[in-house]
Parts: sequence; structure tokens; C-alpha cells
Amino acid sequence: MMGRWFITPGELRSRGVLGLNARNGAFIAAYNARCNYPLVDDKLQTKRLALEAGIAVPELYGVIETQQQVRRLGGMLGDHEDFVIKPAHGAGGDGILVITGRMGDHHRRANGKLLDRDAIAHHVANVLSGMYSLGGQPDKAMVESRVKFDPMFEPMSFQGVPDIRTVVYRGYPVMAMVRLPTREADGKANLHQGAVGAGIDMGSGKTLNGVWRSQVVDRHPDTGAPIAGIPIPGWTRLLELAARCHDLTGLGYLGVDVVLDRDRGPLILELNARPGLAIQIANHEGLMHRTRAVEERLGRLEQREDAASRAAWTQARFAVNAGAGPTARD
Amino acid sequence: MRRLHLTLLVLGLLATSLVMVGYKVSVLGFPLQPAQTVDNWIVEARIAFEPSGGAVTARLVLPDDPPGYGILDENFVSRGYGLTTTQQGENREARWTTRTPSGRQVIYYRATVYERPGSNGDDAPYPGPVSVPDYGEPYHSAAMALLESVRERSADITSFASVLVNDLNAHNPGENAALFIDRDTSETDRVRTIIDLLAGARIPARMVHGITLTDWTREADPQSWLEVHNTREWVPVNPRDGTPGYPPNFLVWWRGDMAPLQVDRAERPEISFSVTRNIHDAIDVAEQRAQIMDSRIVDFSLFGLPVQTQNMYRVLLMVPVGALIIVLLRNMVGIQTFGTFMPVLIALSFRETQLLGGIVLFTLIVSLGLAIRFYLEHLKLLLVPRLAAVVIVVIMLMALISILSHNLGIEQGLSLALFPIVILAMTIERMSIVWEEHGPQDAIYQGLGSLAVAAASYLFMINRNLEHLIFVFPELLLVVLALTLLVGRYTGYRLTELVRFRALKE
Repeated sequence: MMGRWFITPGELRSRGVLGLNARNGAFIAAYNARCNYPLVDDKLQTKRLALEAGIAVPELYGVIETQQQVRRLGGMLGDHEDFVIKPAHGAGGDGILVITGRMGDHHRRANGKLLDRDAIAHHVANVLSGMYSLGGQPDKAMVESRVKFDPMFEPMSFQGVPDIRTVVYRGYPVMAMVRLPTREADGKANLHQGAVGAGIDMGSGKTLNGVWRSQVVDRHPDTGAPIAGIPIPGWTRLLELAARCHDLTGLGYLGVDVVLDRDRGPLILELNARPGLAIQIANHEGLMHRTRAVEERLGRLEQREDAASRAAWTQARFAVNAGAGPTARD
Repeated sequence: MRRLHLTLLVLGLLATSLVMVGYKVSVLGFPLQPAQTVDNWIVEARIAFEPSGGAVTARLVLPDDPPGYGILDENFVSRGYGLTTTQQGENREARWTTRTPSGRQVIYYRATVYERPGSNGDDAPYPGPVSVPDYGEPYHSAAMALLESVRERSADITSFASVLVNDLNAHNPGENAALFIDRDTSETDRVRTIIDLLAGARIPARMVHGITLTDWTREADPQSWLEVHNTREWVPVNPRDGTPGYPPNFLVWWRGDMAPLQVDRAERPEISFSVTRNIHDAIDVAEQRAQIMDSRIVDFSLFGLPVQTQNMYRVLLMVPVGALIIVLLRNMVGIQTFGTFMPVLIALSFRETQLLGGIVLFTLIVSLGLAIRFYLEHLKLLLVPRLAAVVIVVIMLMALISILSHNLGIEQGLSLALFPIVILAMTIERMSIVWEEHGPQDAIYQGLGSLAVAAASYLFMINRNLEHLIFVFPELLLVVLALTLLVGRYTGYRLTELVRFRALKE
């Protein structure tokens, strides 16, 4: 990475990179009706919606709405030893507490630290008072099952849960990446915090090279495992799932976060009405060429396609080695 | 469609604003620069007398719409006197009355006048031809002969007066002229004689008295001047050489052949005039002008508000400018800040603390607040009580810093109290969340971003020229609004994205 430490606007444009202003002004403002936001901003609603549509989600153990209900946590958990506490209106992955096991009266966090009941109650209180919610309004805490992710990701992640983020543009999944937690990211799958993002070839579902702290990497910085060339199991199904999420929410610019559960397959973790732009870095490509292709496609179509054919089209169109396509990498 | 709408809206806003500014600058003369001043003068009449017993009435003629000048302000210093001002013929008159004065009395009349080109002359209606006085022989024949010769050498009323004055003042006056005036005649008598002679030609003429406005004149002598009416307006004529016009810097005080002061039941009345040059804010003068022109614009200006409210708006009107700076820095540059407009509030408090002091104090308070916040984290408090606790402790710390800095003689520490403390408490809370969830690096980065944005908007908001412009021309805020709307449709890249996406370089 020698030479210039910046990229010119001209280069960005020719790479089709979507900027934040364009995302907010042209994509979100145009295709994401505000009335649909609650469907994704409230993770409880998303969950209900997904369940009604027959889409798998992590199992909900219970919801804590008031401080007093914290006592019921034990009852909610039953004999589950591991669980996750999330703010229903959380933003950017803040306020998510992952408990991987129990040690007597203490719970063990994903990073190995032990927490007592009081600490968990305090965390729930913070969630309820709206500390992590968008705009700071009072919130609910969700207690749900911890995903036991597919062992294929085991070598490629550190502590946290790797997830697959797909950006769905007007119903068409246009770009995807795997987010791999690192030690630096404290087990979180957030690129901004130091997680590794690896693009995915839309055609084959195989991972591409990763990006870590704006550098291209082919190995996980903590485990040293190779990142590129790993096939995501059930890729076609996963794309269909993402495409269906558009039908559920009516959002034209949507981020779908999926985890691959060891036993249950792909689960929708959450939907995002304002998906970030780091996916472009992970895929080493801009979103705009692909969204333009989708628009052309929509312009030619007489009537809407169903989710399966949309996913199929996208898979053929945006494959890395699809030949003459404008998105092919050299 | 939406683009066209926005374009039209922006153009409309810009046009409205610029037309209003243009009108106010070019027609009403509002200054574009701060502290633009116009010369004006404070003229003062000092009256002194000794009452001889009984109720006293003092009457003073006052300047009334003097040609070439406007009266900005006038006041009367006269303790224990009843005061009325009335119009007496061609003059305005102040009448002071008191029942039981004792000892020497001193009364002041003070007026602020400014040069007002364009208000020239008194266009009072033509009083009609005056009747020819009876001069008595041998004066009558001499006067008639003189006037006849003058008439032959003049074209109209003004030139008639000029020629007559010239004849009377000539180095070797003709024998007719010499009869009326000699070299030692006082100025007032000279004018009186000229008026008398002009009456022989049925020309209305009058005497006016004024003072010359020069800097620091303690005892200004009122000067007599001649005016003739040319059937349209009163034309001033120099009683010495017959040239039309007043002397430079001549303020007409009263009209008519009379004393300016009349005091009943008093001895040794004295009057003296003094002049001081004064520099006055151009805004006041423009306002005055607008009032005289009866322009509605000024009725709705901020200058009509009480001074305290004005000062508040001086600050408040700069907030939109700060907001625009934030919009630019966030949406075009891409700097991250805590809270959208928190930096504007910080910038406002920088006005009191100055930039460097403000940055030091802000850093100090936020660091202390963070330390407290992390300590409180151990106590597992609920959110709102924890916020309140941070506010309480931070305010106590602020008081402590103020006391310390005062004792050390650092005055900037005193203005600490102006920090928007509740906003700061929220910032501290938000920063601690970012600290915990995203790491100290992010928290410090965003904190520095907030500080940088605050500093930048502060630098714009304290700009004296800008503050003056916005306050005098609040319609410029429409320009700010138009720019904000334009940025609102900017979908290009942010400056920071050029770095963020550098990995996509070929």
C-alpha cells in the first residue's frame, strides 16, 4: 500500500463506490419509507415478522421490559447455560452481552470474563433506560439463544460470532461479506472496530480476500487461518433468504445479517435499514455498478420476480468469474 | 422535479435576501462594515440667569429642521423646571417654567445633529410680496435709485439679492448705497438693512441665525445670515458678498430678527453655544434616516428591541452560521462529533472563555467527567441517576476550578460556568459508551472531532464582520438557509471517504 494515502473522487466514482451522503440522500431517502423503519429497528418486530414468514431466527427465551422482571431471568433461561442479551432497539451492535456458560453463580462472557447476577442486572437496567437505543428512548431487553456457529468458521474467528452481511437493493441481493471477529474487535463482528471483512463471490458463494484495518489480508490476524476461497454452505438458499427479507419489510436498501447455525442452518440475526458502506471495502468493489444493473433489470421487467428468481439472477449476474460482466475482477 | 423545486426555492431565498440587503445598503445607507461611523456634532446651548423673584419663564428657540442637517437626539437638562416645546411662527421654542427658583439658574439644551445632504432649504410657501416701507427722505429716493440700478443688473430674485448685497458691500460703494451702510455696521444690522431694502423691491427676506460647527468650540458666536424667498423656497444669501448658500458647517438655529433667549423676571440672562464633534454609529443614523423616510423595513428590525434583547440576538443569530459550519464539516468533510449540534453550544461558550482557554477547560471537564463516569460504573447505578450524579460532580468541579483559577489570577477559569453543563454531561455519557463499546481510540477521535468542529464554528461565529452583517441584515440568514438546503441535496463523497476507501485504489 505504498503511494498515495487517499483515493481521488474520480477513482471512487469509476469504482462505483457509494458514499454516505449518496446512501442517505439517494438510497435510504428514496427507497426506505420511514414507516417501515420500526419493522427493523425493533428487533422483536423483525423476529415476529420473520417467524410469520417461516424464516428461521435465533430462539427468543424472553423479553425483559421492567427492572423487576430481571429476577425472572433464571426462569426464562431454563436449563440453557448460554444466552445473549440484546437491546431491542440497539444500534451498531452496541449493548449486546454474550454469555457462553455458567460457573456456579457466575456467568462467563464470550471474552472469558466472569459476571455475577448483579452485573447482568445492571446491564439490563442500562438497556432498559435506553442507553444503547437509537435516540435514547426507553428500551426492552431481549434474551435469546446464543448461536452455535457453523464449525467451518471456527478457524477464522476469534471469540465472537462471524456473520454474513448481505446488502439487498430493491429486492436483489447485490453484495455480501463475512465479518470475522478478531481479538482487536473484542469478539465483535464490526469492521470499524477491527473485525476482518471478507467479500463473497456472489456466484459461487466462496469467500474472497479479507480486509482488516483497510489492508488486504488473506489470513485471519489472530488465528492465521486462510480466509479466501472458503465456500459458504447453502449459499443459494442464503441469497433467497436475504431477498425475501425485502418482501417482509418493504425496505429498498436493506442490510441482512445472517449467522450460520451448526444445527439450524442460516438464521436471520437482524435487519438493518441503514447498512454501512464497509462492505465495499471488503469486496474491493463499489456498490453502484451493481445497483445500476438492478435498475436496468427492473426497467426491463414487466412484472416483479419472486425472491428465488431474483436471487438466481443476482447469482448469475454478479458472479466474480461471470465473464464479460462489468463487475468481473481482473 | 424535486431538483427543480429545490433550485427555485434556493434562488428565491437568495434573491429575497439580496434584494433586501441591497435596499437597506443603497437606499437606507445601512453600513456593510462594523463600527462604520458618521460624523455628527453635539451642540449645546447653556442658559444662565439670576431670578429676580417670582415665577420664572425662560424661552429658547430650538433648531427646527435645519437645512442640511438632521437632529438625531435632543435633551433638556433643567432640574425643577416644567418644560413645553411649541411651534412659534417659524421657530420651535422650548419654554421652561418654575415657580420659586433661588440662586443662579443654569439650563442646558443639547442636540445631536448629523449631516444630512439632500434636506436642503426650507420650502415654506411663498409669503407673498411685502409692502414697501416708508424710508423717509432722503433715504427713500436713494433706496429707489439703488434698487432700480440693481434691478437692471439682475435676472431674478436671487440674483437681485446678490447684486444688492454686492453693491452695499463694495469697496467703494456708490453714494446711494453708502447712505445705508458703513464699514462698521454689525453683521446683524447689515442683514437688517438688506432686508429692509429688499422690501423696497417687494421681495420677502428674513434673517436666520446659526452656529458654525467646528470641533470643540466652547463659545460659538451665532452668525446672522440672509435668506430671500424666490417664490419657491428660501434661498440663503451671504450678507457679505452676495453668494448664495450657507457657510460650510453652518447649522441654522433660529429664524427671524430676534434674540434666541427670553427670560421673564430674571436678571443678567446669558446664553452661550458650544459644539463638540462626535463619532456616531452609522447604524443609528441609517435608522433615523429610515424613520424619516417612513420605511416599514426598520419598524421590523432588531434595533427596535431593548438593548439586552438585542445583545442576545447578536449571539443567537450566529447560531445558524455555526450550524451551517457543522453541516459542512459533517456532510462534506465527514468529521464525526458527539451530538449533532453539541459543538455549536460549545462554540457559544468559547465566546466567553476564548479559544485556547475554552479548549483547555473543555478537555479538563470532559476528562474529569469521564473519570467520574467510570468510577460510577462500579456502583451499577441506573442511567438517569448516574447522569445526574455526573452533572452534580462536574458542577462542583467547575466551581472548584473557578475558585482555584481566580486565586491563581487566571480569569478565564471564571467563565467556566457558561459551559452548557447538561449537554456536557450527555457528551460524557455518550463518550463513555463509545469508549466501552468501541474502544478509547474511537472515543478520543470523536471527542477531538467535536472540539475541532466547535473551534471552527467558534472562529466563524466571533468574526466581527460576519456578526455585524447578520445582525444588521438578518435576511442574510435566508442565504444561510439556502446553502444548508443545497448541502442537503449533496450526494457526493465526503472528504474523509477519500481516505476511508483508499483500499479500493487500483
